[in-house]
Amino acid sequence: MKADPLGVLTGVHYLDGDFACGEGAMAAGCRFVAGYPITPSTEVVERISRRFPTMGGTFIQMEDELGSMAAVAGAAWTGTKAMTVTSGPGFSLMMENIGLAAMMETPCVVVNVQRGGPSTGLPTMVGQADMMQARWGSHGDYPVIALAPQSPQEAFDLVIDAFNLAETYRVPVMFMMDECVGHMTEKVVIPPHDEIEIVPRRLTAQPPGEYLPYHSDDGSVPEFARAGDGYRFHSTGLTHDDRGYPVMSPECQDESVRRLVAKVRDHADEIVRVEEDGVDGADVVVIAYGITARVARMAVELARRQGVKAGFLRLVVVWPFPERRVRELAGSVKAFVVPEINLGQMVLEVERCAAGRAASIPVAHAGGGVHDPTRIVTAIVEAAK
Amino acid sequence: MRYWRKPLDIDSVQVPHGEVVILADRCKGCGFCVEYCPKEVLAMSAAFNRKGYHPPEVVLKGQCVNCNLCEMICPDFAIYCLPAEGAPAGAGKEGAQ
Amino acid sequence: MSTPARTPRPEDHPIAPYLRMDRMPHIWCPTCGIGTVVKCFASALEASDLDLDKVAVVSGIGCTGRVAGYMNLDAFHTTHGRAIPFATGLKLGRPELQVVVFSGDGDLSGIGGNHLIHAARRNMDLLVILVNNFIYGMTGGQNAPTTPVGAKSSTMSFGNFERPFNLPHLAASCGATFVARWTCLHIRRLTKCVRVALRKKGFRFIEVVAPCSTLYARLNRLGSGLDLMRFYHDSAEIRHGADTRDVEIGYQDTIVCGNFVDIERPTYLEAMRTHYRERLGDRYVPMPEEGGWLHA
Repeated sequence: MKADPLGVLTGVHYLDGDFACGEGAMAAGCRFVAGYPITPSTEVVERISRRFPTMGGTFIQMEDELGSMAAVAGAAWTGTKAMTVTSGPGFSLMMENIGLAAMMETPCVVVNVQRGGPSTGLPTMVGQADMMQARWGSHGDYPVIALAPQSPQEAFDLVIDAFNLAETYRVPVMFMMDECVGHMTEKVVIPPHDEIEIVPRRLTAQPPGEYLPYHSDDGSVPEFARAGDGYRFHSTGLTHDDRGYPVMSPECQDESVRRLVAKVRDHADEIVRVEEDGVDGADVVVIAYGITARVARMAVELARRQGVKAGFLRLVVVWPFPERRVRELAGSVKAFVVPEINLGQMVLEVERCAAGRAASIPVAHAGGGVHDPTRIVTAIVEAAK
Repeated sequence: MRYWRKPLDIDSVQVPHGEVVILADRCKGCGFCVEYCPKEVLAMSAAFNRKGYHPPEVVLKGQCVNCNLCEMICPDFAIYCLPAEGAPAGAGKEGAQ
Repeated sequence: MSTPARTPRPEDHPIAPYLRMDRMPHIWCPTCGIGTVVKCFASALEASDLDLDKVAVVSGIGCTGRVAGYMNLDAFHTTHGRAIPFATGLKLGRPELQVVVFSGDGDLSGIGGNHLIHAARRNMDLLVILVNNFIYGMTGGQNAPTTPVGAKSSTMSFGNFERPFNLPHLAASCGATFVARWTCLHIRRLTKCVRVALRKKGFRFIEVVAPCSTLYARLNRLGSGLDLMRFYHDSAEIRHGADTRDVEIGYQDTIVCGNFVDIERPTYLEAMRTHYRERLGDRYVPMPEEGGWLHA
């Protein structure tokens, strides 16, 4: 369906990434946000708290991140699109309830504007060290989708995609911004509401009594029912069967957890999104995401001027990781160069997929700033030898 | 029930009568109903239910006044009262209080 | 005399429409009081004129946390301590819902303590039924924030030395507009209390003292749940309107019961709407009662 015009601030704006993310959420139809202030993400909810009362949205600043994520999980069960916003320390606190959302198959979006870590780290400076946590942060096997915008414009566009993916697959979606993108101010074009396609919460057509909350005909995504529509369903974080009732048996665990994980794994091809430039025929491919992608793009350009056949692959959807593409490329390139503002996280995935057929070279940066492009150039040139 | 004096309206008030229905296989033998029945209608039986508990049984037949206390206090939803045929239901249900 | 024509089935029980009979019998121990509290709650629902399709139950983790799984309502079994914020999300996402939080003392006042005090502070429109058995039962009998001084538990083998919460006082001092305490022996008064609370708005808090036979009673050699019920019979004192500062529970001591607080104050949503209407006038678009679900 088209976006609700009340939430779409059509026009050409000069916004920072945090504000653009907030605008994107409102355009996507998000109408419930529970958050807790944490630098550098606070501006997202500041923006939303200001604009929500004009569009039927409710914002509540909860007492902590644990409550925020729990409230988001609860609100989503009313059919309302819900989101919370945080950074590293808050992300850690939210993990248990992210797991709850994943287990209950609650569509929601969690924005993490990453900063230097670990622990309190560098509250006002950039990091990208939560990438693995986005995938594995909560305990157990569960599905997650994560996106990484590289600009305020993308912070707007991709958060709409994040909500759409959450609705389609009924998973919590991690929106992995970073402090640079969040606090950088650029031109953001917000289109008219009827040019924004959003996936609404789809409700089951089954009548109460026949509806099974966790049954799916194709073994994939079950149909949703809102609390208050008379379905009288039960939803639990315990391992459960199609009826939503807890069943403590290895058989139920096997069936239900496999289906949960398969929701994303089996549809990875439809979810994965990368942006490529000059990758075919390249000797070295640089893989990057978020703010580092912009720095890396310059490095690739500089390397090309030195005669290196350098390609560039940007991760737009970070999880699920584009395994197929990287495996494919590993057969034809000498090396992957993976600059990240962390001590090597997504490079581990690259290495796993390359399986030794191509070298995987991290260009680590512990955090607090972006890479000096010449460091990446050096790595590319070295790798091409 | 023993009165210290005869109530003035004793001829006009009808004492309700009830029938106790026991779901023996649901009982976990807690003894709450036996303990708190105001007419002492119940006692723990010597019989076993399927789970090995002793369910209650009615020992004072005809004395149940359909007060529903057993129904309210049973934690296992294993006992309830029905109005006895032909007798007034009484004010046992919660709503009237 | 009317005799049932056939062997009575569990579905014939008058309270069956309010329970998930396909999940009975429940997991609670013999002589546990939680089932009785559930029965009182269900009776109160029956006697109320609420549309039960719009009543949602949220539980946390623990023995009482299993209540959500047995009620025939939209019911959520959430993470430990987070029933109240989850319920907040439900309520704010669809304001017409009547949301009941049904959980235990450890879940709501231990790990969930922060959420309890803030929801009370905000006068969030929630009915909280807290079953207090003075212990963490599900995990095997550990000390709880409500365990009386001197009581033994698995983590305080020589008796508890920590001062416990006075829950009605905690709730009232944080801003709850309806505070009551009953034991599960007070079946009719508890049912009536829940009925009254269901009709009110704002943060309503009902503490229900219930026996835990397998852990609390056993570890303290107090007999079974029936013995604890007999103890409640002898030691409960009903004092409506008592000052909540005076209703602490000592070990095997007087249990003051009653409706302690019953006041009116704007709920979170009422305060929010009034405020935005004043500040934003026509620009204010409140979330509709049916919630924030946007559809074509």
